[in-house]
Amino acid sequence: MKRTEIETIAHLARLELREAEIPSYQESLARILELVGELGRADVAGVTPMAHPLPGLSQRLRADEVTERDDHERYQLNAPRVEAALYLVPKVIE
Amino acid sequence: MVSKSLAELATGLSNGEFSSVELTRHLLARVEAAQAALNALVSVTGEIALAQAQAADREIAAGRAGPLTGIPVIHKDIFCTDGVRTSCGSRMLDNFVAPYDATVVARLRNAGMVMLGKANMDEFAMGSSNETSFYGPVRNPWDTRRVPGGSSGGSAAAVAARLTPAATATDTGGSIRQPAALCGVTGIKPTYGRVSRYGMIAFASSLDQGGVITVSAEDAAVVLGAMAGFDPRDSTSVDRPVPNYAAALDRPIAGLKIGLLKEFFEKGLEADCERCVRAALDVYRKLGATLKEVSLPNISLSVPAYYVVAPAECSSNLARFDGVRFGYRCQDPRDLTDLYRRSRGEGFGAEVKRRIMTGTFVLSTGYYDAYYLKAQQVRQLIARDFERAFSEVDVIMGPTTPTAAFGLGAKTADPVTMYLNDIYTIGANLAGLPALSIPCGFAGTLPVGLQIIGPHFAEDRLLNAAHAYQRETDWHRRIPPGYE
Repeated sequence: MKRTEIETIAHLARLELREAEIPSYQESLARILELVGELGRADVAGVTPMAHPLPGLSQRLRADEVTERDDHERYQLNAPRVEAALYLVPKVIE
Repeated sequence: MVSKSLAELATGLSNGEFSSVELTRHLLARVEAAQAALNALVSVTGEIALAQAQAADREIAAGRAGPLTGIPVIHKDIFCTDGVRTSCGSRMLDNFVAPYDATVVARLRNAGMVMLGKANMDEFAMGSSNETSFYGPVRNPWDTRRVPGGSSGGSAAAVAARLTPAATATDTGGSIRQPAALCGVTGIKPTYGRVSRYGMIAFASSLDQGGVITVSAEDAAVVLGAMAGFDPRDSTSVDRPVPNYAAALDRPIAGLKIGLLKEFFEKGLEADCERCVRAALDVYRKLGATLKEVSLPNISLSVPAYYVVAPAECSSNLARFDGVRFGYRCQDPRDLTDLYRRSRGEGFGAEVKRRIMTGTFVLSTGYYDAYYLKAQQVRQLIARDFERAFSEVDVIMGPTTPTAAFGLGAKTADPVTMYLNDIYTIGANLAGLPALSIPCGFAGTLPVGLQIIGPHFAEDRLLNAAHAYQRETDWHRRIPPGYE
């Protein structure tokens, strides 16, 4: 894979890569794509893609009711920066 | 005490032979003694354990004990534990204290189990050797120069070294069965949807399933029975009664139709592993089972299909780690994009980044049909292969892994070499099937695993078959030298 391709993918995934890491990802992603490229030999004409591993089951929905209590103080103990119950991030709008 | 089954431990507790506090102290001391050599745990929760053990002793004294009351357990660090750090083996969550319990953790606590600590694991369960953990590799108790397997390597090593009678684990592509095989213990991955994924940190949501690692199938039956069952908080949890697994253990297996997976005995299987597996099949034959070759023509595409589906789902699931609400945040971010990029770039290890990038690539514009859609179609073909096989046989048997435990560092240079280690286990995940691994002999001094795969929700049949074998053999009772 080209260096620019790795940089594009890393940006899409919002991953900062160190310069020194890039060559190893070029190599290993190329190897992985070679492996998954074997899918090309499968005859899948007319086969329904399988999104759920159990046949006949689909995602269950629940009633639209409030079931959680407000526990934000507890949850925000894990936040890197919080002020007045708000998560702080660098300034977005100048 | 270390060679007792769960049932024997429960009897010892109810007879007053020893208390849960004594048992817990004994195992905490073993955990501490083994930590430098094995690195099997990332957190030891001694105070919680002793408080839970005291509570269990009160329940036992009051005559309210169940089969798991006062029995210690170690949870894989992928399961959220209220008030206890839940790191998922990652720097990203090194500072994360879970604000709630996973359903699995809550159920086992309610059943009276005592949490000794949290098991080391591959970072975000991505790995087959436990070498991707931020906390360093776990070592195999049978040979500390070798890997325990992964991603539930800490859970498997801890049970093998008899630091705990049971450890929770998860399996996305083999992460329960492969380390169980490499460490010489019993590990069961239930049917997709059988055990709640609530509070189990997500890697690939259409494949992830929680299960348990124990010494024997008999022990696994008791713990799985307490873990399994419908959970309204997991939208993929299946609303279906849980059979009494323990009651199914002693059914005679004469007449059991065993399918030998032709493709699993072809190239790549080490001679010693094949010898052990074939000897195990002979035991089944003597027990009256019938053996028949079956074929899964598309199984050779399971690794390629998995390495599209799992990274795609992982890239989506791990998007939540953004350095804003919880987890690692980089120093002095310039702007929001820099905050995201550096928090993720620094917080995730190399293998996790590799999988996120693979997933991002296969889902990106122009590639979706060639990779993700095609992988989902191949997944369907593999599921149909299994369905066809199960119209002819009751269970499928074969090796769990192509080789016994490999050396630390032996497969880290090339990710594809590592991925191919899961060649026999991934199929069951793609098809959502239950599967287990039990010890069936040794390649030199290293344990070998026999894999048994069943149709959806046939956990009782798998445990029954495994128990029948374990009544005839003692491989599962072997303890690594130095841990007797």
